[in-house]
Amino acid sequence: MSFSSLLIMRHEMLLLVLILLLIAGEIFIPKHKKSSLVHLAIFLFGIHTAVGFLPADTETLFGGSFRTNDMIHLFKNILNVGVLILLLQSADWITDKLIGAEKGTEFFILLFSSLLGMYFMISAGDFLMFYIGLELSTLPVAALVAFDAGKRKSSEAGVKMILSAALASGISLFGISLLYAATGSIYFDVMAISMTSSSLSILGFVLFFAGLGFKISLAPFHFWTADVYEGAPIPVASFLSVISKGAAVFILLILMFTVMRPLIDAWQNMLYAIAILTMTIGNIFALRQKNMKRFLAYSSIAQAGFILLGLIAGTQLGASSIIYFVLIYIFSNLAVFGVVQAISNKTGLEHMDDYNGFYRTNPMLSLIMLLGLFSLAGIPPAAGFFGKFFLYTAAASEGYYLLVFLAVVNVTISLYYYLIVLRAMFIRTNDHPIPYFKNSLYMRLGLALTVIGILAIGMYSPIYEYIHSISSLLN
Amino acid sequence: MILGVSIYEILSLTTILFFIGIYGFFTRKNLISVLMSIELILNATVINFVVINKYMFPEKLEGAIFGIFIIAVAAAETALAIAIIINLYRQITSVEVDDTTTLKY
Repeated sequence: MSFSSLLIMRHEMLLLVLILLLIAGEIFIPKHKKSSLVHLAIFLFGIHTAVGFLPADTETLFGGSFRTNDMIHLFKNILNVGVLILLLQSADWITDKLIGAEKGTEFFILLFSSLLGMYFMISAGDFLMFYIGLELSTLPVAALVAFDAGKRKSSEAGVKMILSAALASGISLFGISLLYAATGSIYFDVMAISMTSSSLSILGFVLFFAGLGFKISLAPFHFWTADVYEGAPIPVASFLSVISKGAAVFILLILMFTVMRPLIDAWQNMLYAIAILTMTIGNIFALRQKNMKRFLAYSSIAQAGFILLGLIAGTQLGASSIIYFVLIYIFSNLAVFGVVQAISNKTGLEHMDDYNGFYRTNPMLSLIMLLGLFSLAGIPPAAGFFGKFFLYTAAASEGYYLLVFLAVVNVTISLYYYLIVLRAMFIRTNDHPIPYFKNSLYMRLGLALTVIGILAIGMYSPIYEYIHSISSLLN
Repeated sequence: MILGVSIYEILSLTTILFFIGIYGFFTRKNLISVLMSIELILNATVINFVVINKYMFPEKLEGAIFGIFIIAVAAAETALAIAIIINLYRQITSVEVDDTTTLKY
């Protein structure tokens, strides 16, 4: 191993340097200038994101534990862009709430540690690295959920998150140990060859799936989602629903299409049931929510169900449509969360009825919300339509017509509750609407990036073609 | 290898431990006991890894090393969980599961 091979781990190295720089900043920047840390962190992370787009080699390190190729680089870049937008949107909240309480640097360090864990999880070449990455990405987020240390809701959400996360990872580990017994190795490459469809390996796989199902909040493992999102600070809820879910989908995609490929008959049946359950439960519970954070939690559960449509196909088309959908989902969900956060920062209101008559006072924010929700629901000018369309195509081309039909029914239900929010904003009147307010530069930049993303990804087809060409690396 | 003890007996033990942990997680009324149930699950897993390594694939140490890492990560996980539970205790002076029901439905 030489110095140049460390450059293969460029994403991880840079992020680690960034974390260390922030610790140094926390020590050396005097107290009354602490707010400059926010600018520093966003600036450094912007550089990190830009450097990530440089082309990379296909390589493995540490005897196969760590591997990287063009597809894994794309995954990391997608996550980077998401985190950058998230930081831009939450800059105000950090400056107002955290810097005064001297917790600003901790927030960044925990957030970046979690992102570092996701990098390792995605790049893992064996189950040991995967497990460490999974824990490193989950534990800091649990600390972040309980970050409003003075609020009862936040602590309660933190307890629920850490206990369910620990249970999920424990069950997942038991599954990995059974898979180890069935194949005799923990390396993905070796396991993919020696995996056979026996009762032991299927039991191991089912238990293992629980851990990732928890992170993606699929139906039998979704109970924590709504509670944690409601109690957590909005930037953290946004991180959980967008970045954390995206990373888990990516590694699940890699594992299902390589290591678990021999068990495809078993997991297709399993995913069939889970997909229907997840979509239906997410949508039906979203109908009755009045708190925006809870509402978005159930909406994100429903969206996770749609992702399974591509997974169940098990083809290259399925893989590329999942990556494409997650990319769009990150932008659309960040747009919606951004608007909710902007309103909550200025007024502290999170209830749906508070949004009545919002369009008359703040037309720009309402239009961004409209675009984000249309993209989540899948209405044509927004990119979300194309994402869902490709997922349906992938599932239908493998003959899952009934599943696609049920998904379309679910989209119709979801359109109803997305429109409830828009009705409150555009049609309903209110004697005391939220007054006009002007957002800071960071927030406006963050929202503008999501709007560009939603419009550009849908219209500009080379993005999908690139993803499609790169997803052949899976097979 | 333990003389006179086959792998089936040890795996039965770990499976029983695992399900005691699951049962405890869902039935205990105290957050600390819930945490202890999770420890049972993790310890069952560690034994699983070591035993499978020793009895079935003794030529490599993959399972044993995995076990060490699980122990280390479990310690970190427990420390964080206890910190969060203490944080909750400061506000409601209780660690009962029934008292953590502000967030519901």
